[in-house]
Amino acid sequence: MKNIPISAMIGLFFTALYFFIAIFAPWIAPYGMAEVAGDVWEPSSAKFLLGTDSIGRDLLTRMIYGGRTTIFIATMATILSFTTGATLGFLAAVSGGWIDQVLSRFVDLIMSIPSLIFALVVLSVMPVTIPVLILVMGLLDATRVFRLARAVAVDITVMDYVEAARLRGEKIVWIIFREILPNALSPLVAEMGLRFIFMVLFVSTLSFLGLGVQPPQADWGGIVKENKDGIVYGIPAALVPAFAIATLAISVNLVADWVLNRTTSLKGGRG
Amino acid sequence: MHPILKLVAQRLALSTVLLLAASVLIFVGTQILPGDVAQSILGQGATPENLANLREELGLNQPAISRYFSWLGDVLHGDLGTALTNGRDIAESLGYRLKNTLFLAFWAAIISVPLAIFLGLLAVRYKDRWPDKLISAVTLTSISIPEFLIGYVLMYFIAVKLGWFSSVAMINDSMSLGEKLNAIALPVMVLTLVVLAHMMRMTRAAILNVMQSAYVETAELKGLSSFDVIRKHAFPNAIAPIVNVVMLNLAYLVVGVVVIEVVFVYPGMGQYLVDHVSKRDVPVVQACGLIFAAVYIGLNMIADIVSILANPRLRHPK
Repeated sequence: MKNIPISAMIGLFFTALYFFIAIFAPWIAPYGMAEVAGDVWEPSSAKFLLGTDSIGRDLLTRMIYGGRTTIFIATMATILSFTTGATLGFLAAVSGGWIDQVLSRFVDLIMSIPSLIFALVVLSVMPVTIPVLILVMGLLDATRVFRLARAVAVDITVMDYVEAARLRGEKIVWIIFREILPNALSPLVAEMGLRFIFMVLFVSTLSFLGLGVQPPQADWGGIVKENKDGIVYGIPAALVPAFAIATLAISVNLVADWVLNRTTSLKGGRG
Repeated sequence: MHPILKLVAQRLALSTVLLLAASVLIFVGTQILPGDVAQSILGQGATPENLANLREELGLNQPAISRYFSWLGDVLHGDLGTALTNGRDIAESLGYRLKNTLFLAFWAAIISVPLAIFLGLLAVRYKDRWPDKLISAVTLTSISIPEFLIGYVLMYFIAVKLGWFSSVAMINDSMSLGEKLNAIALPVMVLTLVVLAHMMRMTRAAILNVMQSAYVETAELKGLSSFDVIRKHAFPNAIAPIVNVVMLNLAYLVVGVVVIEVVFVYPGMGQYLVDHVSKRDVPVVQACGLIFAAVYIGLNMIADIVSILANPRLRHPK
C-alpha cells in the first residue's frame, strides 16, 4: 500500500468519507430526517449550513440521509449484479456448449433494450419499494458484468492449471471459485467501481422521475425532484445533489483507474 | 446474390428476430408481478366488481400466451390499443409525441456529432498537452453527473441567472421553426453535452488507435504537417469506428431524451412514458417500450452494417 498515486489517495479518501457519512448518518446529521426545522427555502446560515428545502427541512440533513439511501441501494445492487453476473459468466465460460449459448443469447436480448426503458416497463407493474429497486437494477446490470466475466474467464479456462483441476476431477463449483475467480478478480474489481457509479446515477434518475425511493425517505435524486420548482425563482437547492454525485463519481473513478492501471501495467504486478 | 447485399439482409433479419424477442420480453416484463396487474392498477381499495371489470377489459382471464399474440397482432396492424387512464387511442397520441422527440434528438445530433469529431481530433492533435487534458477533465465531469442534473444546472445558470432562454421547452404546431428552436435550445444543449462526452472519448480512442500504425509514421517522417497527417491518413481509416461510435451514441441519445423531456416539460415520448408508468397504464408503457426498443435496435443495426461496409475484412467472415 506504499506507492499509491496521489489521485488514487484523494479518490480513496473521499470515497471513504462518503461511506463513513452514509453509515453514521443519524449521529452526524444536525436535524431529524423528516423534521421541519425552518422556513421554506431559507438561504444558508449558521443554523442551516446548506439552507432549507421546499417544506423547510434542513438541506444538509436531507443530503446526509439521502446519501445513506442512495449509497445503500447502489451498493446492494452492485453486489447483486456482481454475484449473479460473475457466477453466470464464469459458468458460461467453464461449461461452454449450449449453457453458454443460452445464457449469452439471453443477455444479448436483454441488452437490446435500453436498461432505463426496461426498468420503467417493469416498474410500471411492480410496487416501488427499495428491495424491488435493488432487484431490478441489480439484475438488469448483471448483463454487463456477465459479458465482462465471461470474456475474462474464457481466457482463463484454457490455462494449464484449470485443465489440471479438471483432470484431477474437481467439481465445477471448485473450478469457478478456486481456480478462475482469484485470477479474474482484478479486472472485475475495477469494473465494480464503474458499475457502482452507474448504479448511483441510475437510482438517482429513477427517484427523480418519481419511480425510485418514495418520500418522505430522502435520496439524492428525490431531493432534486422536491426542490426543482425553486430553480425558476433562482434557488439553487436542487443543484446540491449534483455536487455530491459528481464528487462521489469522480473519486470512485479515480480509485477504479488506479486498480485498473495496477493490473494492466507490467511493473505493478498482480500484488 | 451480391455478398454485401446478403450480409445486409442477414443483419436485417437478425434485427427483426431480436425485435420480436424484445417484444416478448417487454410483454413478460409487465406480467411478472406475483399478484395481479388489475389489483396493482386499482390499488388496495378496489371493489371485487371493479377488479373483475378491469380484468375483463385487459383480457386477463385469457392465458398470457394468447394475450401476447393478440397484442402483437394488433401492433403489427398499427393498433397500439387504448390508454387505460383516459381511453384515448395510443397510436394517435404517440404519433405527435414521437415527432417532437425526433425533432429534439435530430437537432441534438446535428450539433453534437460534428462538434464531437472536431474535439476528438483536437484532443489527438494536442495529445497529453493542456487542450487534451482540459477536454478529458470536462468530459469526465459531465459523465459523472446524471443527465437531469446537467439539465437543472444549465437551467439555473443560463435560463434563470442570465435569462437567455426559457426554462421550459413547450412547443406546438403553430410556432415557426425559429421559435421552436429557441424553445428547445436548452434541452438540445444538455443532450449535446451528455453524448458529446462519450462520443468524443470514443472518437479520440479510435483515432489514437490508427495513429499508432506504420503508414501514419511514414506520413510523419516524410514531413507532412500534423493536421494533414490526421486529415489525409488517419481520418479515412478511423471513419468506420467513428461512424460506429456516432450510431451507438445516437442510440444512447434516445434514452437520454426520456429524462431530459421530463426536466424541460417537453411534450415528447419520454414524458408520455414516464407519466404513464406512474399511473400504471400498462398498454401505454408497453407501446412506448416497444418503440424505444425498435429505435435502439435499429440504430445498433445500422452501426453494425456500416462497420461491415467500411471494413473490407469484415465483409468476408471466416
